[in-house]
Amino acid sequence: MSIKIGKKTYAERIQAGIDNAFMRQAVSSAQGRFRSGRLKAAEDLGDWEEWRTRGEEIRSHTMENLDYYLHQLSEQVEKRGGTVYFAKTAEEANQYVQKIAREKEAKKVVKSKSMVTEEIGLNEALEESGCEVVESDLGEWILQLDEDPPSHIVTPALHKNKEQIRETFAEKKGYTGSDQPEALAAFAREQLRQDFLSADIGVTGCNFAVAESGAVTLVTNEGNARMVTSLPDTHISVMGMERIVPTWEELEVVVSLLTRAAVGQKLTSYITALTGTRLESEVDGPEDFHLVIVDNGRSKILGTEFQSALHCIRCAACINACPVYRHVGGHSYGSIYPGPIGAVLTPLLDGYEDHKDLPYASTLCAACTEACPVKIPLHEHLIRHREIIVERENMGSKAEGVMMKGYAKWASTSAAYKLSTKMAHTALKPWTEDDYISNGPGPLKGWTDSRDFPAPARQSFRSWYKQREKRRNDG
Amino acid sequence: MTIHHRESFLNNIADQLGRPRRTEVEPPEYSVQPQDRVLAGATADELVDVLDKQCEVIHTNLEKATVETLPEVLRTVLEGYDVRSIAAAAGPRNEVSGLDEFYNRLTGEGYEVHVWDEHEGRHNVEFAERAGAGIVFSDLTLAESGTVTLFNDRFNGRSISLLPETFIAIVPKRTIVPRMTQAGRLIHAEESKGNPVSSCVSFVTGPSNSADIEMNLIVGVHGPVKATYIVVEDM
Ligand code: SF4
Repeated sequence: MSIKIGKKTYAERIQAGIDNAFMRQAVSSAQGRFRSGRLKAAEDLGDWEEWRTRGEEIRSHTMENLDYYLHQLSEQVEKRGGTVYFAKTAEEANQYVQKIAREKEAKKVVKSKSMVTEEIGLNEALEESGCEVVESDLGEWILQLDEDPPSHIVTPALHKNKEQIRETFAEKKGYTGSDQPEALAAFAREQLRQDFLSADIGVTGCNFAVAESGAVTLVTNEGNARMVTSLPDTHISVMGMERIVPTWEELEVVVSLLTRAAVGQKLTSYITALTGTRLESEVDGPEDFHLVIVDNGRSKILGTEFQSALHCIRCAACINACPVYRHVGGHSYGSIYPGPIGAVLTPLLDGYEDHKDLPYASTLCAACTEACPVKIPLHEHLIRHREIIVERENMGSKAEGVMMKGYAKWASTSAAYKLSTKMAHTALKPWTEDDYISNGPGPLKGWTDSRDFPAPARQSFRSWYKQREKRRNDG
Repeated sequence: MTIHHRESFLNNIADQLGRPRRTEVEPPEYSVQPQDRVLAGATADELVDVLDKQCEVIHTNLEKATVETLPEVLRTVLEGYDVRSIAAAAGPRNEVSGLDEFYNRLTGEGYEVHVWDEHEGRHNVEFAERAGAGIVFSDLTLAESGTVTLFNDRFNGRSISLLPETFIAIVPKRTIVPRMTQAGRLIHAEESKGNPVSSCVSFVTGPSNSADIEMNLIVGVHGPVKATYIVVEDM
């Protein structure tokens, strides 16, 4: 699975979501419960607005100095016996993990829930190299048995009822018990315990890495992440490059924000901070630890007006607050990141081409922005996306004068400019000759039919224009 | 080589941010400190009360004891759970609390007690896997959230608090602090002094649970199903 789910069009997915009565009901009651849990937890904590401010300050400071903190993190992990791999793309990350699996002759990999491994399609990559991959989160396990995509970041199997789950267990695993949630969970506990004990590699995501000490922190309730990192001899943690805080003092704040905003708990049952490999005198924990830090399009967002989208701590509060999500359900977004944050992030990571309907999946009521524990102006980002899409769609059809004006405006806002193509500058290379695009992909296509267009470099409109003149004269 | 592709990766980030690589960063000054006000000035007894209340929320049973009554209290807890096999953390605190003697007595009565022993390697984990209860000492206890902090080490293996169905934490009263803020601060201070944090810090809050099936809370999934904290007044 990659960031994009399925091949259906946006309209088809929405219709399917609306037609699924159980899903709609489940989503709406889940939203209500998550939302009231969040509000209650916020109230309990007191000074919620100040906490949000603190959260925002932490996230923006970290993002502004991301290179520094990632450097520090990698030094610390190395000191503690771990290996760090910086992966520019999903493919690089997957290939590295495949390489480790090969070296270890791994047959079985147990995982705890992680968005970034879904984003890069790690399960498929591992299966290709002959590993059995077991998702150990209860909800993820259910989906895996059923080969179904997740519909919610926090409770991925939200769209399934217990009778469906009982059937899945019976069909795939020979379960003979009732559809009582406790009985279903006990069965999963017993089945998965064997997997934890026999796995060669444990794979986790990373909620927050701590730069000062090299710790990777996992926030869970079920205890499976602790299993995954305590029992197999090798632990691989895959983190989105933005999931980092400077010190343990910041960690404490963002964890408090995450657990309260996500599930309304003061803390979840397990907050586990793992640093490097186990020590010589220790018996459990991995003897081999790898941290894979993934860019996969994130760096393109840095330095743009969308930078704060990288502040996201994946709490799903915006999703639970969203009236559109309530109506259409998680699958309609066609992305592993649903809801308002998905509508903001998906086009940034995967390009506008396949996702240009997403920014319209919002009423711009701003409930998301209000819910966000790190104050990301989500609805403003959605408005900006729409403007960019409109500007781009108009491009091909208007007279040249208008086009030039449009371009000047478009290119002067660096986000629109940098994000206007599916890939970053370097990825554009195959289409460039002497840094001129003669037949570029996507939005530039209309332009390149009639003229040479500069490769998106940091070149001002004026200097491009000058060069173009020169080229014309030379040519 | 243990760090791969770092330079190009980080150079690109600096580029995108439109500035040269940063090799030094001043710690930020934050405009607000809401975390310091939570339970500020609470006395030790007040913190115990907060912990007690929170334990109800997290499906955890809380008992109180003194060093003298601890064995008795622990025995009642074990009998209540009908547990006959115990994986226990090692270390000097067993002596201080008198638990080592108590464990000997239990063994004499036919209980199976295994105190973590690094020299026995994987056997520790195997025992924990079939033990009915795991007993550990809290290193730092967070009143607000009802959280037991474990600095896992050679005395306190990760499996003890994870694999058995019942989780029992001995909570010395003086380990109780208002909230996670104090834990973060302490670890940060130690790191700054050059004392590296333990390879695994586990913040454990009650038994494991899940809401993945129709949003119903299920207590007890992969980790422990039941939990008891015993606050020891004079430890
Ligand atoms: S955008 Fe904000 S509210 Fe939405 S998931 Fe991210 S942190 Fe949570």
